[in-house]
Amino acid sequence: MKRGPKETAESARRLSRRAVLLGTAQLGLVGVLGARMATLQVDQADEFRMLAEENRINIGLIPPARGLIYDINGVVLADNEQHYTITMTREGAGDVDEVLARLNRLIAIDPEQLEKAREELKARSAFVPVTVAERVSWEDISRVTVNAPALPGVVAELGRSRHYPQGTDMAHVVGYVGPVSDFDLSRIDDQDPLLQIPRFQIGKTMVENNLERDLRGSAGTKRVEVNAAGRVMRELDRVEGTPGADVQLTVDARLQNYIQARLSGESAAAIVMDVTNGDLKGIGSAPTYDPNVFVQGISVALWDELNERDIDAKLHRRPLAAKTVQGTYPPGSTFKMVTALAALEDGQVTADETIRCVGHSDVFDVRFHCWKRSGHGNMDLNNSLKQSCDVYYYDIAQRVGIDKIAAMGRKLGLGERHDLPMSAVRSGIMPDKVWKQETRGEEWRVGDTVNASIGQGYVATSPLQLAVMTARIATGKAVKPRLVKSIGGVEQPSGEGESLGLNENNLRRIRRAMFDVVNNNRGTAYRSRIAEERFKMAGKTGTSQVRRITAEERERGVTRNEDLPWNRRDHALYVAFAPMDNPKYAVAVVVEHGGGGSTAAAPIARDVLLQALYEGTPPLEAYPSAMRGRIAEQQRRLSAMIRDIQPGRTADQA
Amino acid sequence: MSYLEYQVKYVPSGFRKLMYLNWPVVFLITAVSGFGFLMLYSVAGGSMDPWVTAQSQRFGLGMAVMMIMALIPIWFWRNMAVVAYVVALLLLVAVEFVGVERNGSQRWIDLGPMDLQPSELMKIALIMLLAAYYDWLPLKKVSRPLWIIIPLLFIAAPAYLVLSQPDLGTTILLVTGGGAIMFLAGVHWAYFATVIAGGVGLVTAVFQTRGTPWQILQDYQYRRIDTFLDPTQDPLGAGYHITQAKIALGSGGWTGRGYMQGTQSRLNFLPEKHTDFIFTTLAEEFGFVGAFGLLVLYALIIIFCVMSAITNKDRFASLVTMGVAVTFFLFFAVNMAMVMGLAPVVGVPLPLVSYGGSAMLVLMVAFGLVQSAHVHKPR
Repeated sequence: MKRGPKETAESARRLSRRAVLLGTAQLGLVGVLGARMATLQVDQADEFRMLAEENRINIGLIPPARGLIYDINGVVLADNEQHYTITMTREGAGDVDEVLARLNRLIAIDPEQLEKAREELKARSAFVPVTVAERVSWEDISRVTVNAPALPGVVAELGRSRHYPQGTDMAHVVGYVGPVSDFDLSRIDDQDPLLQIPRFQIGKTMVENNLERDLRGSAGTKRVEVNAAGRVMRELDRVEGTPGADVQLTVDARLQNYIQARLSGESAAAIVMDVTNGDLKGIGSAPTYDPNVFVQGISVALWDELNERDIDAKLHRRPLAAKTVQGTYPPGSTFKMVTALAALEDGQVTADETIRCVGHSDVFDVRFHCWKRSGHGNMDLNNSLKQSCDVYYYDIAQRVGIDKIAAMGRKLGLGERHDLPMSAVRSGIMPDKVWKQETRGEEWRVGDTVNASIGQGYVATSPLQLAVMTARIATGKAVKPRLVKSIGGVEQPSGEGESLGLNENNLRRIRRAMFDVVNNNRGTAYRSRIAEERFKMAGKTGTSQVRRITAEERERGVTRNEDLPWNRRDHALYVAFAPMDNPKYAVAVVVEHGGGGSTAAAPIARDVLLQALYEGTPPLEAYPSAMRGRIAEQQRRLSAMIRDIQPGRTADQA
Repeated sequence: MSYLEYQVKYVPSGFRKLMYLNWPVVFLITAVSGFGFLMLYSVAGGSMDPWVTAQSQRFGLGMAVMMIMALIPIWFWRNMAVVAYVVALLLLVAVEFVGVERNGSQRWIDLGPMDLQPSELMKIALIMLLAAYYDWLPLKKVSRPLWIIIPLLFIAAPAYLVLSQPDLGTTILLVTGGGAIMFLAGVHWAYFATVIAGGVGLVTAVFQTRGTPWQILQDYQYRRIDTFLDPTQDPLGAGYHITQAKIALGSGGWTGRGYMQGTQSRLNFLPEKHTDFIFTTLAEEFGFVGAFGLLVLYALIIIFCVMSAITNKDRFASLVTMGVAVTFFLFFAVNMAMVMGLAPVVGVPLPLVSYGGSAMLVLMVAFGLVQSAHVHKPR
């Protein structure tokens, strides 16, 4: 086939035309591409630069060291213990199973943890360290370190966790920390980013919880460059956080140790307060628990045990409760000082006036009994308190009326929620006419006054309130309890108070009567007296009923405490201060269902007071000679529970 | 038409031919490849291995092949067209049966030391065959339906085989490249207008009937098309890559973040950064200046090819040159549009820059044809 020149020329022209057209179209599209480049790289460059930075930079938090907690002598109550954790990365290990097996031969790993680690190693990115063993002992760490060449990818990491060196002694004061939970986050309004760190530890209860903001400190930050897979390539910069503030408490760890030892076996609370400045020296509650078990998460079995899941509710001793502030009890006869002071101040009775006790008193058609069926005979103020005659108080209470008694009670610190950094501090009940109307919707009856006059009926007080009451009677001043001496080196306000404005003569009469309770051979607490002249104690026993005694029972004779089931027995109470002449400490003891205050509570208070006054184990000479044998035996028995606690930093340094 | 019929006043002979090479194109190719080496060095984290060494060896080999092809007269290549097409087609069929599968698509034939990708060969073979076809076909028959169906079959056969591998990018290149040669050869406007109108109509119909009782596709098919057209709808899949690519490009700014300083590429936020997405690294590290510079180099290659084609009175030579230019254009335009979020991600490498042996060699062979056409221009 032959093509003429004309056709060739025509085809070439057409081809050229179309080639130019196509070439131009291509250049047009190149222009579009160029314009798109300009849009992305010039117009929107800043936006994309920012996105690139967001891609590349992760901001990590550096948790601050939590503030430490000290006792009054600088003994550490809560510190941050260093512990080792063994972690492993998949990329480092290579053969994960082989390395894990080798590791398991070196140190025994909890099988459950091992299985968890194995699964996590499979699931996470190759470079993410997975925890294989926690809280590894120093020996195990050494073994792992020595064998490091055979354990590729295995790293021992240093961590910190809260530790309570005083163990069970301080549980009810210091509380504990635990990993922040969703429940915590929903309950507290706290924007601190630290709380977003998984398993970040926050104070769960007591001082740890109430002073959380001070103890926690603030987070530092570090900016790291990460790649697309999230691997950290390098640290760009870091800003250190501020560690939490150290807290010094007023509590004396050695006294606390003694109190817990002395209370062990009972369901009881004892509190020692410095009457001059309100410092709480000892604030013990039994039974107790070890706060350390909560730090890493408590086992279900132990949790059930502490909550007494398997025990009849009637026999609950509530180890988790700080009975000193969370328990409220009818104060019983320890309340009689309040009734007496109210009557004296109101002029309704004089100290010398006698009232005849025949063993009962009839108020309208209801008969109120004295604890002594046969009656006490003629009673003046001193004798009524010393022998704890009930009828005397039935009488004067009706004269002065409940509202003035309640006012005196509140003046002495009852019915008031004292401001302490502890959890669930109870305010108790100091009832009056308005209170009954508001809470019960009922009229106040004279019988209520009669019941209240001896600390029964509606009256409910915590051991802390009883100690405050005693301190205020001992000083005549509005002493306030104080638990925290300093935060971050800043001294907290003292608990010293102004005068209560009570007649000093009346106070002196009451104190004298309290002295006789202990030191007069007819006093209810005579057997718990202190022999040492310098440290003579004044006190008041109380035995509060938790059940109603029926007329029928009264006829055949009131059942003795020992014959009742535990939860039906009376609470034993005792309040005291010492030394009599120049009061230093007030003490309140409550033994739940302990029976009589004079037998169950007063000896504890005496021992604790002597321990505080002697700042250590008192000599046997401090006790009446007849008791020394028993006391020596008791001291021997307790010595097993007394630890040698050395003072740490001095108070000045704190 | 044989070479004897050329109205040749002067054709250089022997190695004198080298003087008549389209030297600007040689330099431009070298410059673009140099850009590629720089980028491959960068994405390897400042190392010659694993990519730069291999790529530069292939470039050297490719250059040699291009030179040799340039020395061989263009009419020889025209006579080879049918053979090349048939061989490429047979290899494509063979891939269906003995091909090696990688990343879910079967494109390669294992030749021991290297893998052969027949679809790459077909890109050239198809251009050659169509150019030879229209060189042979008298002009007055060009627009007749019968003579239109034949080249359409030439295109459809390999396109179908490549699409079934599946390799959408190469299919688009084959179909568009083939269509461009038909257009250049002088096929009547009306055919192209019909095809375009038909395509637009079909797409409109598909989307307009969506949600109506007589919709053409199934719902899941529509959703697939949605994510294909707009990957940002699938932010963890394809959308993630395209978003990261745009971030890399945009964060480059005017002058870039500095050579080997691109965080997006260095920290692995970019996918396939040594192959299909290499342009993003370039744009991130050299900024608008670098990216636009590369675009200008590409445009110049196209311009020199078009100039060579329109000054060449030999129909086959002219058509082949334009065919190569269009295919080359499609390569970089689709790749750039893809990484800039203008087009769906279809897997087309950036010509001469992306790492890849077959692609580099095939491009050099294609430019060998362009050079041969240029050298043996009727003068």
